[in-house]
Amino acid sequence: MDCNDKVALVTGAGVGIGEATCKGLAAAGAIVVVSDIDEAAGNRVANELIAAGHQAVFMRLDVCDESRWHRVVSDIVARFGRLQILINNAGIANICGIEDETLEGWRKTNTINNDAVFLGTREAIRVMKASGGSIVNISSIEGIVGDPMLPAYNASKGAVRAFTKSVALYCADKDYGIRVNSVHPGYVATPLVSGALSRLSTSDAEAFAQRVVASIPMGRMAEAAEIAKGIVFLASDDASYMTGSELIMDGGYTAR
Amino acid sequence: MSNKLGVFGLEGKVAVVTGAGAGIGEACARMFAQAGAAVMLSDINVEACERIAAELNAEGLQAKAIRLDVTSEADWEALKIALEGWKNRWDILLNNAGIYIGGMLENNTVAQVSKINQINIESVFIGTRTAAESMKPGGCFGSGGSIINLSSIAGLVGVPGHSIYGATKGAVRSLSKHSAVEFAKFGYGVRVNSLHPGLIETAMGDQALQDFVDIGVVANVDEAAALLKSAMIPMGRLGNVQDIANAALFLASDASSYVTGIELTVDGGFCAA
Repeated sequence: MDCNDKVALVTGAGVGIGEATCKGLAAAGAIVVVSDIDEAAGNRVANELIAAGHQAVFMRLDVCDESRWHRVVSDIVARFGRLQILINNAGIANICGIEDETLEGWRKTNTINNDAVFLGTREAIRVMKASGGSIVNISSIEGIVGDPMLPAYNASKGAVRAFTKSVALYCADKDYGIRVNSVHPGYVATPLVSGALSRLSTSDAEAFAQRVVASIPMGRMAEAAEIAKGIVFLASDDASYMTGSELIMDGGYTAR
Repeated sequence: MSNKLGVFGLEGKVAVVTGAGAGIGEACARMFAQAGAAVMLSDINVEACERIAAELNAEGLQAKAIRLDVTSEADWEALKIALEGWKNRWDILLNNAGIYIGGMLENNTVAQVSKINQINIESVFIGTRTAAESMKPGGCFGSGGSIINLSSIAGLVGVPGHSIYGATKGAVRSLSKHSAVEFAKFGYGVRVNSLHPGLIETAMGDQALQDFVDIGVVANVDEAAALLKSAMIPMGRLGNVQDIANAALFLASDASSYVTGIELTVDGGFCAA
């Protein structure tokens, strides 16, 4: 699973799956552009990679900002001459039932989780189509099955799953040499999950966590590094015949 | 190569590949050996396995051949004993052996169905049972493992001429999920996943192309391949055995440590369309 000298952009790379993916890609030989809206977190990850002897740089990116996407991708091409891997990872989650969800909350989740994936994918295709690439969109098991307390998140991740297939077919039809696949992590011990839980009362959070872990056949949440390994596989040329596929990593959750 | 692979490497692991004498099985066996595993190549055509194992040995890789009729419980038992005598370990099982029988459903016979069910489904059941009971805690090897079952896109979607073959692959898909959940729930440390290739350039792939001719979908094999590439496979090419071996390595290795009960399609976008 070799990403030698490939230039990779990871969004939401300051924490969690994004951070672990940067480390996984760097270990596989990639030059990693760490992007996040949180400059301190992103810089920390980039500096850690550099200290470990990898090639990395931080670029600030608000994934909902169309002009910023254009700027960041243009800067990458100006600096490295190419972009071959994009990991659309940035995302948020809010735990609440449909009756308590606001239109504002719904739009926020869908803007960050779905609109941003559209913006990033379109921008990456602009520069990848000359010599090919791999785009990996981080959906979720919640893009495949439902959870009663995640209506907006479910909708946004389901959109990413279907969007990924559409773009995979488009790029194949156009012979761009760009593969596009979706990754569907189950529950992962990351700040996204702990953050969402922290906004609930202690008893509600415990009940939610217990319900979730009891539903995972392997009986535990994933580590972010376990998800990163699957993302690196799809990013690499070893997934050469995969496009429009879904890679589920969920400890058996959706197999039930 | 093995050092470069990191978490995708198989150093110290022992793998069994069924149907390893040709096609996808052969490519997977070679890939696993190159990734550092000791590979037991099994097939009813043991001569082919012996030749491949000798080639791998000559490259300094660990491989051995054994005759295995995947439908024979006695052969599976003998395989287990051979593993005990070789490395006394078993980490990976690739249930790859299988046959293709095509034709229009109305022309298929009960004898054909019984035969293909036995080779494509029963064998996976026996192999999975043998592996699970010896890999689980307290089993004769007891250190967990990864079982990969070769299904097909024909186990996911409908294709003319593929009814009885596709039914076996749908069964393999389902058997994989149920056993994955069962083994996880009961703490076996054994992951089970199904791999779904599209049409691959192998002898079996050629059979499937010929079948499109035989049932009258197209005039000849070249036309069948052209139709697949232009109208059915978004990436515009048939798959090759290395495409599948790479994905099998991911599922075999610790890189997929949180992956169980999934379907991994490697089909050039076929099922996305």
